[in-house]
Amino acid sequence: MAHSAVGVIFSNIHDENIPELSRHRTMASIPYGGRYRLIDFTLSNMVNSGITTVGIVTKNNYQSLIDHLGSGKDWDLARKDGGIILLPPYSDETDAPYTTRLEALMGITGFLTHRNEDYVVITDCDGIARVDLQEILHFHEEKGADITMVYHEETEPAQSSYYITLQPDETGRVKGLKINPKLKNSKYDLYVNVMVMSREFLVNTIQDAVTRGLSSFGRDILTKNVDTLRIFGYKFGGYYATISSLQNYYSHSMELLQKEVRDELFGARDVYTKVRDSAPSKYIEGAVVKNSLISDGCVIEGTVENCILFRGVKVGKGSVIKNSIIMQDTVIGTNVSLDAVITDKNVVIRDRRHLAGCESLPYFIAKGRML
Amino acid sequence: MLRKKECVAMLLAGGQGSRLYALTNNIAKPAVAFGAKYRIIDFPLSNCINSGIDTVGVLTQYEPLELNEYIGNGQPWDLDRAFGGVHILSPYQAKKKQSWFEGTANAIYQNISFMKKYNPDYVLILSGDHIYKMNYAEMLRAHKATGADCTIAAIEVPMKEASRFGILNTREDGSIYEFEEKPKQPKSNLASMGIYIFNAEKLFKYLEADDADPNSEKDFGKNVLPAMLNAGEKMFSYRFKGYWKDVGTISSLWESNMDLLEDDPAFDVSDPDWKIHSRNPLAPPEHIGDEAVVSNSLIALGCEVDGYVKNSVLASNVVVEEGATVIDSVLMAGTVVRKGAKVLYSIIDENVTVEEGAEVGESKESGKGIAVLGRNISVAGKIAGGEIIDKDHKGE
Repeated sequence: MAHSAVGVIFSNIHDENIPELSRHRTMASIPYGGRYRLIDFTLSNMVNSGITTVGIVTKNNYQSLIDHLGSGKDWDLARKDGGIILLPPYSDETDAPYTTRLEALMGITGFLTHRNEDYVVITDCDGIARVDLQEILHFHEEKGADITMVYHEETEPAQSSYYITLQPDETGRVKGLKINPKLKNSKYDLYVNVMVMSREFLVNTIQDAVTRGLSSFGRDILTKNVDTLRIFGYKFGGYYATISSLQNYYSHSMELLQKEVRDELFGARDVYTKVRDSAPSKYIEGAVVKNSLISDGCVIEGTVENCILFRGVKVGKGSVIKNSIIMQDTVIGTNVSLDAVITDKNVVIRDRRHLAGCESLPYFIAKGRML
Repeated sequence: MLRKKECVAMLLAGGQGSRLYALTNNIAKPAVAFGAKYRIIDFPLSNCINSGIDTVGVLTQYEPLELNEYIGNGQPWDLDRAFGGVHILSPYQAKKKQSWFEGTANAIYQNISFMKKYNPDYVLILSGDHIYKMNYAEMLRAHKATGADCTIAAIEVPMKEASRFGILNTREDGSIYEFEEKPKQPKSNLASMGIYIFNAEKLFKYLEADDADPNSEKDFGKNVLPAMLNAGEKMFSYRFKGYWKDVGTISSLWESNMDLLEDDPAFDVSDPDWKIHSRNPLAPPEHIGDEAVVSNSLIALGCEVDGYVKNSVLASNVVVEEGATVIDSVLMAGTVVRKGAKVLYSIIDENVTVEEGAEVGESKESGKGIAVLGRNISVAGKIAGGEIIDKDHKGE
């Protein structure tokens, strides 16, 4: 029997890590993988795990997110009971919107108290993975945990401005929990911003925090109570990409060109996204395409190598595009050369332009720019 | 205010499509895949919604399961409506009698009560086996302007092919004085496209009369339209200029798929002002591998191409492995072409596996014709050009 759980997704919480792409949008609506937005992976994990009531906490710049989500039907989340519920900032104390995760949770206690699911899965939108949340709920129940935090073993230093590492013992019980520790170049267990607890526990914790005037979930609740609460770490062993900078947005995106990564993310279960009814992509005579992901609605006349092309991209004759991520509706003229470039949506690159970045510092072109 | 719809569309989708052989073994013709991501019925349905017609009855009879599932609640075409929307109309058992749809006119007649529910002024009759983009609202405007009782969309066809069609003989103002169904000696090359607009009351009247006539074949082209003309009703042609293809045969289905290719295609499905809506596959972007060569082709989402693909249309989740060759072919969803296999001048239905080293079809220039493989089979060895293979008729 599946556990009943309500999902809570924070759409904005890591915006500052990747300002280039989140200037006009939430972290949740950053385009990824040719035809997706970051939130699609999290939402699909929920839907595929039988979680069909999902509250999405927003703060600012969420027009693009509303546009993307619509009624939720593309995720099968246009439901009579539940479905997608947008939770814009709410405060009856001051006019200022929340500044911390805990304040945001205080703002949605009404939503949480009126649901009837047993558990809450709280996640951010910075993770690209295929996670079976039922398995985590099962783990949570089996361990009799108060809080279960999902972690992934990492070796590269974290690039996020706020991150938590866990020190679980052999049973999974979290004995130590550090916020923004200095990391040497060795293995560490990074909390991936997916957390499970019972709805009742969460509501009580929030109410307690309100009466005691606490403000930080990480500092005031997790680290302070690591000895008294039963906090467990769930080790996720599969592919997990945490997007925390433009550089690792680029490198993780490029990992999609590996078949094993695609098979794990997209095989067997579906990743849902907004449907646009684009035509199939067209490869014109003379096009050369190598090791690239091409989304629908593209028209390719030039050369495309090691690239990710989003929907509706045009690549003109004689142009050579390498190692680049070209977002939706970008138009590339003729005899253009691009190497290690990221173009945001609706960019126009005129004929005979030559642009190059490098893998550690891809050249970024903002939304709607014309070069 | 009385709730009504000015115009209700009735889409005849019950045809078996027997000339598509293995491709319609288990599905109705309008559900046949087309153009990498579409099915034939997407075109009339998209035309309806793009023309502002939001009430469509789809009449099904032959193998309706997949078609019903595909249409679902009509949401992909924006046809899930509180009042109106798309409705599947199957033959049903009634108190007085039960019967299958006996002809095109009878199918519509049996659903008079569906149409009357919307109290329409006009009824648009469509068929589900043509590929075209047409603004029915413009045709309706013309229908009103001429004050006709019935308007028939018509297109000029090559004179030598005219005897395959219902031919309209018209006066200068477009009014029809004669209607000939598949004439041996056609007087004109103006062919009926099987698209009719009727004044609703007139349609109901003639359908009832047709039903009462025991000698009638209950067919629009053979019975209802001639009866109206004989009775002196005002009938006009509506000239359509543009791409229109009956995809009722293997060769016309192949040609129509090929018409989507080229830089400036004969038929364009990417017009942002006239989107062709469809139920989209849930698949990641296609991946074109390091060794792949893809030219002059349409490739849908979810494909994995590592071989050589030329002049072809690949639907979602098709796999072309390294060293495999696909030329001048139409591959439907989920088909796999294994290492070193060759597919030439063929139409391959869904979920077929072309095993390693197999050869399907022969080059277009060989003159042997198009090889056709029905769905859910696996083939090895050599399949000659023009052969049609399905579950029951294994090759060799």
